[in-house]
Amino acid sequence: MHEFRLPSLGADMESARVVEWLVAPGDTVKAGDLVAVLETDKGAIDIEIFEDAVIEALVAPLDVELPVGAVLATLRGGDDGAAATPSAMPPSATPAAPVAAAAPTPAAPPPQAPPALVPRAGTTTAPGADGFVRASPLARKQAAARAVDLATLAGSGPGGAVLAADVDGARAAATATPRPRGFDAASMRRAIGAAMSRSKREIPHYYLSQAVDLGLALTWLAEYNASVDVAKRLLPAVLLARAAARALAAHPAFNGHYVDEAFVPAAEINLGWAIALRGGGLIAPALRRADQGSLDELMAALRDLVKRARGGGLRGSELTAASVTVTSLGDRGADLVWPVIHPPQVAMIGFGGIATRPWVVDEGIAARPVVNVSLAADHRVSDGHAGSLLLEAIAAALAAPRDL
Amino acid sequence: MSTTATRSLVAELLADIAPEAELDSVADGEDLRQALDLDSMDFLNLVVALHERTGVDIPEADYPRLFTLAGMSEYLGTG
Repeated sequence: MHEFRLPSLGADMESARVVEWLVAPGDTVKAGDLVAVLETDKGAIDIEIFEDAVIEALVAPLDVELPVGAVLATLRGGDDGAAATPSAMPPSATPAAPVAAAAPTPAAPPPQAPPALVPRAGTTTAPGADGFVRASPLARKQAAARAVDLATLAGSGPGGAVLAADVDGARAAATATPRPRGFDAASMRRAIGAAMSRSKREIPHYYLSQAVDLGLALTWLAEYNASVDVAKRLLPAVLLARAAARALAAHPAFNGHYVDEAFVPAAEINLGWAIALRGGGLIAPALRRADQGSLDELMAALRDLVKRARGGGLRGSELTAASVTVTSLGDRGADLVWPVIHPPQVAMIGFGGIATRPWVVDEGIAARPVVNVSLAADHRVSDGHAGSLLLEAIAAALAAPRDL
Repeated sequence: MSTTATRSLVAELLADIAPEAELDSVADGEDLRQALDLDSMDFLNLVVALHERTGVDIPEADYPRLFTLAGMSEYLGTG
């Protein structure tokens, strides 16, 4: 018999609650199976197990805040006799210090097919179907202020979404158990604050930026999108992600983790993709192996990831797999972003909003779509010269869109 | 398509794409992307859903005509 413990899902996670078991005592589970839904600072996350075993007993009570490492369940078979490892942690992770325990080690990817490339069967945002309550940001805020459980309200908005008016009409029933679902903006903000404070305290950042002409890339994209069905159209973000991943493949000093005073390069290029959550908040689950496969597959993975980040159904492994983070501010975004590295990663790449700017072409000036690509990187691992080469490689990849 | 019909169709489609969006608060002439904080992925998903529901082809070059409910109503009506 051995134990299944509460995994750390990132440098900023200290505790979580089990809100739902997806297995029962006696169940046989395989590596990669989902076993429980956790309520974390990042919202409801499905956690997987990374071994074949039989569930002996479910130990953790529901809806009780537990520290990382707490025993959630006991298991039979599988790794009996070996050291038990928390589910979302690769076996080689060192749980010595909280900081190290939070570090996803890059060496051992989960043995399953990359989940990010497989749209989750039955993914839905139907109210309650996955524990996520549809609600407007205002309704969430008011519900939190009055200790009203959104899940207990009948939403009158589209698809049953809870609107502010529904909260107005509801009385904070003293008997209702407060059980916030979705994500709690205040606790997510605290978690982001803790992780970013650690980053600024520990990581000697340096920053670079380069303006890149996207003319060729966007012309190619427009032609491509005109030639495919509307559902198969690609977003510029997919080209940016692929270009970043390709550049990282050639410049591995930016792809990996800083663990125990040393840089450990990652075996795969798993881009943490920063996704803004409506109502405030940010989460950066991994786009696995973003340098490989077709652009079509990358677009499908991105679409699936964004949907689940906002609608529920992210997996624990998706929060620990990122080897570097990318933020793209999108078509209405600011010109330039100076990222803060997500520890224990060693770099973060930012894409500002794409805007039409004057650009020198040959001897004249032309109007071109331009994006400012920025890099924040860890001086313990690389320096500005290497960073410049990385940005140059991203620019070069974007200048040859057919090869993306 | 009337603006009322467009509004109710868009509300239905957004329920799946951006469940927290409160379309009632958006005026016919307002840019939906700004008013509802839709990003390019949300907007593309809305275009895909509109195409699937109405059968209207929506080339990328026409996207700006769909930024408002009024524009969408006109576009879907003549498309």
